Amino acid sequence: MITKITHTCVYVLNQDSAYDFYVNKLGFKVHTDAPMGPGARWLTVTPPEQPELEITLFLVAEGGMFDTETVASMTALIKKGTFGAAVFTCNDLIATYEEYKAKGVVFKKVPTKEFYGYEALFVDDSGNWFSLAQTNS
Amino acid sequence: MCKMEPFEKVYLYQRIVRAKLFIDQHFAEAIDLDNIADQAHFSKFHFIRLFKSIYGRTPNNYLIKVRIEKAKNLLTVGNSITDTSLSVGFDSPTSFAGLFKKVTGQTPSAFRKAQVERSTAIMANPLGFVPNCFAETHGWIK
Repeated sequence: MITKITHTCVYVLNQDSAYDFYVNKLGFKVHTDAPMGPGARWLTVTPPEQPELEITLFLVAEGGMFDTETVASMTALIKKGTFGAAVFTCNDLIATYEEYKAKGVVFKKVPTKEFYGYEALFVDDSGNWFSLAQTNS
Repeated sequence: MCKMEPFEKVYLYQRIVRAKLFIDQHFAEAIDLDNIADQAHFSKFHFIRLFKSIYGRTPNNYLIKVRIEKAKNLLTVGNSITDTSLSVGFDSPTSFAGLFKKVTGQTPSAFRKAQVERSTAIMANPLGFVPNCFAETHGWIK
């Protein structure tokens, strides 16, 4: 029986800039950063208070199940902002929003009151969007 | 959780966030928290109260947290305890080691040993750290 989730996946277009975004801007921790051969890298990060949840920053590049056509399609979809990979929560949305803005994070939605609390939307360096929420509870 | 009406007080948030970012950038220096409060145009008491309401810890406690986190990064790549302690703003390796153990539950030596061993293991067998499904998806194994 499933007990928890340990890995999830965010498709990115460049792992160096993704590292800078998730680690230096969002404040995530590096879990594993392993070179896998020429041009290949296994890179996972964790939210600050969830050290056991690895977010794989999965490079969209040819190899394995990614042929040329798939890479082109995925790249176009990611850049278009098709994928919303997660909802992140924080203790104080305004402070987090102001800090991320100061660090250059692009927001698609400013902090807005919703029935469950407050929410903003930001995009990562590839184009994936995320909800950033402060809930009422 | 902060009880302030967020959108009416955004200018207060910006000043506190700037102070927090200042600590993030200058953690290795002899930061004078009184000076930070002045620069943010708050009394020291008001600054500490607002900072704690937003970040859940006092500015001094937050500075300690940042220093210990940076120390972990330096120890992970094999830096000595002395060099690490000086690099993150401690005057004495002894006081650094004591605080590191208090915060993390491990001595700096034990932490560094474990991290260096892990890094060595990753370099020796990186596939050992990748779930099979992802390794196959990437084409790293058949």
